Amino acid sequence: MSHYISITEAERAEMLKAIGVASTADLFADVPADKRFPRLELPAPLSEPELVRELQALASQNANAQSHSIFLGAGAYNHFVPAAVDQILRRGEFYTAYTPYQPEISQGTLQAIFEYQSLICSLTGMEIANASHYDGATAIAEAAIMALNLVRNRRKIVVARGVHPQYRAVLRTYLQALDVTITGDETPGATLEDALALVDEQTALLIVQSPDFLGRLHDLRGLAERVQARGALLAVHFDPIALGLFQTPGEVGADIATAEGQPLGLGLGFGGPYLGIFTARQKHVHKIAGRLVGATKDVEGRLAYVLTLRAREQDIRRERATSNICTNQGLMALAATVYMSLMGKQGMRRVAELCYQRAHYAAAQIAALPGYAVHGGPFFKEFVVRCPRPVAEINAALREQRIVGGYDLGADEPELGNAMLLAVTEMNSRAEIDRLVDVLRSVA
Amino acid sequence: MDNFEPHIYELSAPGKHGTNLPRLDVPETDLPENLLRQDDLNDFPELTELEVVRHYTRISRNNASIDTGPIFLGSCTMKGNPKLHEEVARYAGFAAAHPLQGDALSQGALRLMYELQHYLGEISGFEAVSLQPAAGAQGEFTGILAFRAYHLDRGDHDRTEVLVPNAAHGTNPATAAMAGLKVVELKSDARGNVDMDDLRARLSPRTAGMMLTNPNTLGLFEDQIVEICRLVHEAGGLMYGDGANFNAILGIARPGELGFDFMHYNLHKTFTTPHGGGGPGSGAVGCTAALAPFLPGPRVRKAPDGSYELYTPEKSIGRMKAFHGNFGMLVRAWTYIRTLGEEGLREVSETAVLNANYVRARLKDLYPQAVDRICMHETVLKGQIAGASGVRTLDIAKRLIDYGFHPPTIYFPLIVPEALMIEPTETESKRTLDQFIEAMRAIAREAVETPELLHEAPTRAPVRRLDEVRAARQPVLRYDAEAFRRLREG
Repeated sequence: MSHYISITEAERAEMLKAIGVASTADLFADVPADKRFPRLELPAPLSEPELVRELQALASQNANAQSHSIFLGAGAYNHFVPAAVDQILRRGEFYTAYTPYQPEISQGTLQAIFEYQSLICSLTGMEIANASHYDGATAIAEAAIMALNLVRNRRKIVVARGVHPQYRAVLRTYLQALDVTITGDETPGATLEDALALVDEQTALLIVQSPDFLGRLHDLRGLAERVQARGALLAVHFDPIALGLFQTPGEVGADIATAEGQPLGLGLGFGGPYLGIFTARQKHVHKIAGRLVGATKDVEGRLAYVLTLRAREQDIRRERATSNICTNQGLMALAATVYMSLMGKQGMRRVAELCYQRAHYAAAQIAALPGYAVHGGPFFKEFVVRCPRPVAEINAALREQRIVGGYDLGADEPELGNAMLLAVTEMNSRAEIDRLVDVLRSVA
Repeated sequence: MDNFEPHIYELSAPGKHGTNLPRLDVPETDLPENLLRQDDLNDFPELTELEVVRHYTRISRNNASIDTGPIFLGSCTMKGNPKLHEEVARYAGFAAAHPLQGDALSQGALRLMYELQHYLGEISGFEAVSLQPAAGAQGEFTGILAFRAYHLDRGDHDRTEVLVPNAAHGTNPATAAMAGLKVVELKSDARGNVDMDDLRARLSPRTAGMMLTNPNTLGLFEDQIVEICRLVHEAGGLMYGDGANFNAILGIARPGELGFDFMHYNLHKTFTTPHGGGGPGSGAVGCTAALAPFLPGPRVRKAPDGSYELYTPEKSIGRMKAFHGNFGMLVRAWTYIRTLGEEGLREVSETAVLNANYVRARLKDLYPQAVDRICMHETVLKGQIAGASGVRTLDIAKRLIDYGFHPPTIYFPLIVPEALMIEPTETESKRTLDQFIEAMRAIAREAVETPELLHEAPTRAPVRRLDEVRAARQPVLRYDAEAFRRLREG
């Protein structure tokens, strides 16, 4: 009997008697006899100390933010995670709870989600936020589906080239079975204006990203009006850390705004679980996908929280639901909530300043190196570096020095030549940046 | 102490902060004035670390959770969450690794994924596994998109319908709709299984496939499963297995051998990754060799030199999300499988089924069974207590809270009136099961003798029944001082 089983042999016998069968095997008489109790070729079980050793060995084979200096971003960023975030996540009352369908005994989770929605609205300037999607990519895909439901009889989505290539791929996966055209991102170097030019009377949604995949900040003022004048909606994908300093999607009049919430205290985690942030205007609330928590009161008049506007969801609406989403990223939303609460107004601004200043310092140092060039234009924490040699060779040299170099743009933006996308955050000290610059100089 | 805890914004005071950030150690560059935000984060809260920690610790105590008590939610598999998993998933080599750092710097993580692909395939009898989907519903979407791509790839363009039993989880029809397919609902028979005559009548050259949970949402094994799969295949369709109830059949039956073509695993149910108050989940998928080329990438394979590498299958339907799946959940599931091995996994299902049948056997005299049969890992009873009038399943559920139990799943499956769907899982003790049974029996007595106790319940929870109509009619979805004042004043 494993240590996860709590029924003794004597109890088992007593229970079988109560059920009225002779053996446990009798409980499985409905399973076709020739398919019953198959052999499973699995490794022999391991004890806890053996598992610890095995997993430590596996973990030690991966570069990570403790073993390496990380200058790689491209959608996942090495930001500071305050110790208190994980301390709260480790409370069993949070992480071993179920979805809060029974509000009387789920007020902890419900209040945390309500505070998450409040904080996300404050950060973005948007009117409503849902309880989360899977990640930034699926949040964009759900934005497209929502727009197709809101803007009737239009079957075209325009997506700017500056949207993360993996997000654009997921958008295409999600919409592949629907009769929808996705365009705007086919041409290398296509600008926001190029995308806007494609927004016509068939278009339901324009999706833009700022800072974009290449790190550039765009002035989005006036864009929403131009899109809306053509009867379409505007979705803005943002970096939540950038909003400590820069234009919010709410200020520029976006209809929908999405983000990858990973920078808000989630850590790198080899790609997940992350957090899909999804916000919209109040008037679109009945078409939003995913859970929403609202404030109300109980029969004694106490303020309390509950899942609300549930008639949008799959368990009630079935094939007419706004999405099939059920399980979301609840615990990750809690992490972001604790992170934003700890950072507060000053901390959010401070982290953004540190990213901006250190990234600009790094860019200036690299631009001064012979053979290297840095792309112009305003950027936040990521920028494109043209290199004198193939990026793979440069990254191999950086690896020797326990530095994880930038993202090789060769596959996504081949016309840029030997180009890498470098990310600098508040975790990269000046000394670390100087060391990066030294290695780059030596391999030029 | 009152359970009421103010909204975090109400605890804020200007000038405070809760973190200790690095100093600026580089020369300053001017900020682009035209791109700055205008409101200076005016309504963002300002608190110290202790204030934040105390606030979230206090509200956490208003939750029921597995660590504080049993949660017998049917179809949710709320089993114990091993503490070892929480440690190992946080090793820096997993928790602080960048998803794009490259195969050469990620061999340990890729090996873990490769092995988990293999283990899940072995347990379920499938050739190929993708770990990418983020949750069960996304796994379903993956499968139905793969079905569609498979048919189109064969030049079969007219398969536009998906058969879904009326007892199915809501995600099934919602998924089919997202994949642009029409849902054809199937009846259930008197034994709680798929109505075979209805199935035969609905199959056609338009059938893209069928979605089936087995054991189904009545907690019953579909004993005609082999014939169901044969009929669907004969019509040119494919069989999708909703793995939400996989906890019943580990080492008992392999869906691939029963005739399924594709399934998702809810790693957050069967393989004990924590539910997290609603997520994250992990909805890895497995399938036959014929469907493997359509799986989402990246998957992990072994290169000729023995190293592990990411790759995308040749006819992939595309990515379902960014990066490689909810990796942290994969670490936990791997650890669980390596802890238990073949015998341990079989013991999980045997015990889960034993526990559910024990609860069923001891309650069915008071709470009628939806179908009078041996059940699998969960049992569906009806809150129709003889001699009790005006008492509904909702009242029974709320009264259970007063007895210290999280209610079971209620009003699902939709085909059972006043349904109470109870899934005890294998990790609960007989003592706990007996306490639950005694509570349910006491409530049945109260329902007849003192029904007001049920109608007023819960009275021992942090809050009492909520005004859900007000929440929906006058939605307050974010902090608003005025709306909060109105709510508090009544």
